[in-house]
Amino acid sequence: MSNFLSNLLRNNQRLTVDQLIVKKTFVSFFFLFLFFGGCVWAWKWLRRQPLDSDIRGGIQQPLRDVLNTNELIFNKIFSKNHLTKTYAVSQAVRKVRFNGNIGLGNDFDTASWKLYVIKKNGDTLTLKLDDLKKLPKVDITFNFKCIEGWNQITHWGGVRFSDFLKAYGLTEESQMKYVGLVTPDEDYYVGIDMPSILHPQTILCYELNNHPLPMKEGYPLRLIIPVKYGIKHLKRIGTMYFSNNRPPDYWAERGYDYYAGL
Amino acid sequence: MKQIVRKHPLAIRWFHWINFPVLGVMIWSGLLIYWANDVYKVGFGDKTLVKFFPKSFYDAFHIPFRLAEGMAYHFVFMWLFFLNGIIYVLYTIFSGEWKYLLPNRRSWKEAWLVLLHDLHMRKAKPPQGKYNAAQRIAYSAIIVMGIGSILTGLAIYKPVQFGWLTAIFGGYKMSRIIHFALTIGYALFFVIHIVQVIIAGWNNFRAMVTGFEVIKLQEDRVLQPGPLPVPAGPEIPDVPEVITTEQKTEDEEIRE
Repeated sequence: MSNFLSNLLRNNQRLTVDQLIVKKTFVSFFFLFLFFGGCVWAWKWLRRQPLDSDIRGGIQQPLRDVLNTNELIFNKIFSKNHLTKTYAVSQAVRKVRFNGNIGLGNDFDTASWKLYVIKKNGDTLTLKLDDLKKLPKVDITFNFKCIEGWNQITHWGGVRFSDFLKAYGLTEESQMKYVGLVTPDEDYYVGIDMPSILHPQTILCYELNNHPLPMKEGYPLRLIIPVKYGIKHLKRIGTMYFSNNRPPDYWAERGYDYYAGL
Repeated sequence: MKQIVRKHPLAIRWFHWINFPVLGVMIWSGLLIYWANDVYKVGFGDKTLVKFFPKSFYDAFHIPFRLAEGMAYHFVFMWLFFLNGIIYVLYTIFSGEWKYLLPNRRSWKEAWLVLLHDLHMRKAKPPQGKYNAAQRIAYSAIIVMGIGSILTGLAIYKPVQFGWLTAIFGGYKMSRIIHFALTIGYALFFVIHIVQVIIAGWNNFRAMVTGFEVIKLQEDRVLQPGPLPVPAGPEIPDVPEVITTEQKTEDEEIRE
């Protein structure tokens, strides 16, 4: 044993081939086990990091930091000229997959619904559905992508978000970094970066398959934003506001990527 | 008389061993994601042969209800997988290691001989070199698969910004299927790889850690007795350019 240890320190030139094989094998495996030990240590370190504090909860802070960095990287190639693929209306499904009722409280009073838009100066615009229907209508048939992994070709109609902002003179607001949307019962809320909001395929949607939105699809008004996963397509918009900080986001608080961009 | 013969450069050993835990995390986090919409199965008609995956599999690995966590890890470790892969490919190109790794025009036929030999259906050993023909094909295919995983991954990750890429792979659904199938491919590769490493033995395995193999020489063939410093050791000779007549005859016999 002591012989082996002294060989470790001895110059390779003075060792026999057998001694050299043992020495080099030992040293290499030592580093391999050191590497695996380092991997285990790094893994345990990552697992015990505090959960992200900026949007309270969800995932370990270093993971959140990388997701936020991913956003910065992929924002560089984001362009409003990159359009999602559209399909013929006939390709859209009749029966849309229903996948979540958070924010669609049962005691919702359709008659009293209004869209509240909180402006930068604190004033509130109060709009009825008819106000939105007066604006030019657009429709889109695209492959709706759920973060769970399924997708469905669906056909939606409404007013282009950027048209809405222009029509109501919300130009200062559209210079801000984020839009926040909240359901009337305040149970579901999303925050979306302004470039994605201003994307030409983002619409304030009031029709599905040429009919008013069904209750469970967010009657009377929802968001359709093809550059995001379904979690951002908030059903039943009650309040809209603008901010330079990230608005609270329901699923980001549960560990999902805040950006969730496609 | 033993001799130390250099086999794997240090860089390649590092790429190999780094890839092991990184790919492990990618597959694990990928499973957490896949669980949320686990629709793939293999079968015909109404009959399902394999369902991806059975409940027992999910439970054994604590897969269910961890989609958000899976996505977070997947989109963090993707960078390590990508960087390690890219640097490996660049290294093989600039170091000349690609010469041992890429299949050549003999490889397809020889790989068949390797298969027959490994299945004990043919006695004669096919030419080994640093990597035999089957290894060349396997280790090149795994790189193609890695590139495929990165590209299909990007096609799924940003299907609007990289819509053209998603279209190349046949759309969003097809990109997902290919991405998933490649992962199954890694699992199969892993099993075969482990079996082959066990069969090949300690000397071969040690080379992936230490970089060298030990060969036994007959006394009269040793020109310089005594310890040989490793850097002076000869490279493992690669497949000879000429196929010997003996091998040719054997090949012809097989064809008959």
